[in-house]
Amino acid sequence: MTTLNKKSKTGRYIAILCLLLVYVLAYLMDNVLPATSFTLMLVPVLKKGAIYSLLCVSMNLLNGFTGLFSLGQAGFMLIGGYTYAALTIPAAQHDAVYQYFDGGAIKFSIPEILSGFLGNSLGTILGVIITLIIAGLFAAIFAALIGFPVLRLKSDYLAIATLGFAEIIRAFFQWEGLGVITNGSNLLRKYTSFADIELTIGGTTIELGTLFLFVIVTLCIAVIVLLINSSYGRALKSIRDDEVAAEAMGINLFKHKMISFIISSFFAGVGGALLAMFQTTIQASAFKSAMTYEILLMVVIGGIGSVSGSCIASFLYIACSEWWLRFLDSGSLFGLVNVPFFRDGFRKVVFSVVIMIIVLFFSKGIMGDKEISFKGIGGLINRIKNKKKKAVTAAANAGSEEGEAK
Amino acid sequence: MSDFISANLPYLLAGISTGGQYALIAIGYTMVYGILRLINFAHGDVFMVAGLVMVYVSASFGPYVAIPVVIIATMALGFIIERAAYKPLRSAPRMSVMISAIGVSYLLQNCALYFTGGLPQIYPAIPFLAKSVTIFGATTKLVTLITPVLTIVLVILLMLLINHTKMGMAMRAVSKDFETSQLMGIKINNVISITFIIGCFLAAIGSMLYFSNYTSVIPTSGGMPGLKAFVAAVFGGIGSIPGAVIGAFIIGICENIIKGLGLTEFSDAFTFVLLIIILVVKPTGIFGEKATDKV
Repeated sequence: MTTLNKKSKTGRYIAILCLLLVYVLAYLMDNVLPATSFTLMLVPVLKKGAIYSLLCVSMNLLNGFTGLFSLGQAGFMLIGGYTYAALTIPAAQHDAVYQYFDGGAIKFSIPEILSGFLGNSLGTILGVIITLIIAGLFAAIFAALIGFPVLRLKSDYLAIATLGFAEIIRAFFQWEGLGVITNGSNLLRKYTSFADIELTIGGTTIELGTLFLFVIVTLCIAVIVLLINSSYGRALKSIRDDEVAAEAMGINLFKHKMISFIISSFFAGVGGALLAMFQTTIQASAFKSAMTYEILLMVVIGGIGSVSGSCIASFLYIACSEWWLRFLDSGSLFGLVNVPFFRDGFRKVVFSVVIMIIVLFFSKGIMGDKEISFKGIGGLINRIKNKKKKAVTAAANAGSEEGEAK
Repeated sequence: MSDFISANLPYLLAGISTGGQYALIAIGYTMVYGILRLINFAHGDVFMVAGLVMVYVSASFGPYVAIPVVIIATMALGFIIERAAYKPLRSAPRMSVMISAIGVSYLLQNCALYFTGGLPQIYPAIPFLAKSVTIFGATTKLVTLITPVLTIVLVILLMLLINHTKMGMAMRAVSKDFETSQLMGIKINNVISITFIIGCFLAAIGSMLYFSNYTSVIPTSGGMPGLKAFVAAVFGGIGSIPGAVIGAFIIGICENIIKGLGLTEFSDAFTFVLLIIILVVKPTGIFGEKATDKV
């Protein structure tokens, strides 16, 4: 019993330590790191990777843990992103952004209102957090509405219906009739982005954008993990493994599917809003089904049913597609050897071939349905410590024995 | 009255024509679904690839050589996709096969992007399809009139194949029960391959008719028609060929009428509204067989 407690405690310390380390690094990235060509690639990749981790984990909750094959992710992201963008455009910029729609219908910006009470920096941060939650809620409300018809459908029909809804949402957001809010098919811009999140203390300004993003993402993922490990999570897994058996055990199928669907959509909405913040402009036409497919493929690479797998896979995927495999598009190998077929788009071809290989031959992905657990790492460290202790005591014993022998 | 006809006839004609084109793609979906219980997400992209092959081959050898080449190449592509991406997963869960299909779709789109360099490829005018004709005062391309006729002829031939040949009987058997038909000595891998080949043959014809109405092919131009054809297949009752054809005509006509009303943004969304209505009201579609869940 005591060892168990000790193990989990060590695990917890390691987890907290890692998290703090990530936060410190995120802080350093914004404020200390010089802008070299290396960091200019690294920082956006890490940011985008973090956002996609959240999106992947939220999709994994639905596809991996509940067994609902939903392809509506892009639609919920779109709702979240647009809600966020429309609510945070500064009032002074409305005329410029909604130039074809007489300055739009929303005449306020939540961060600005809060800035009036709390001062500029704190107001912006709090405003952004509130708007992110609103963005998630909008996506969740929509999920609840479509959940009634859609969740009664089975596997492939569910996939197609959610895909259909995502397309309907996209058409709706591009419709001129809603232009006063969505700006029609034009993009929304000038809303609060990560660059605006900063703290001014006594004349010095600290950039907090990256740190803010990492805190939000880790918080959201932590909530999902807590849900998965709760009794609700166990119910969801039982639905995934066998619907009929789960129902026989007294689990209300529809209710649990709905919970999973709504929560997943909430975080997809938040993720969409974060993506909007990252991109600094947002346009509905980008949220095609291809975006959902991409997230799905990341989930598959990481392992369906593994949160840590999803996170690893999304960082890897983003790093490969935006950074490491760029040379495949550049026309030469490391700038030395000219390779004629290395031209625009070759990276994506290589990438999709790799994905197909993973899907066909390594269908478990990186992690399968296992997790990287800090508890396990803690246990490992304890074991090593114990071994050392044993070795030390053994050596000491041996020494004393030797002494005795002398 | 004649004014009304000449004002609305183009939309109706265009609708019937698009409907025919969707029907040819939808048959591919519905046949594959009938046998493998798999939504072949890559089918729309096969259709796009057929368009691109047409562009490249007819640029070098002219359209008349290109037509048979396109048909053969598309059939070969369908065969390769089935053998490489779906056959290894025959005993895997259905979700894995669907993910594999999405992966193939992603691969085909990226390959198309690489070969075209992301530029829209101008679709060659096939002489006998692109000719202009005038009926009831409405000018249209000949392809608009040929499409429905050709579609119906092909569907009748296909129905004959399925209902009156040995291969058709094997197909029906496999779609009823995989394992039993295997025990009865049916080589299911061959049957499945032939299903894919037939589906791709029809998609190749559909792509010639479809792209003749449009000026260019881009890597994503298979996506939307593919999804719509799928909706048509679901609407008619997936697994049923006449259902898919009727569904495709309904979708094609409605879509063009909506475009005619000036609501172009919603012409795509309408298809999905229709899908959701049919899924909620009658998930098995108009002609679908009632599925029973085995415990």
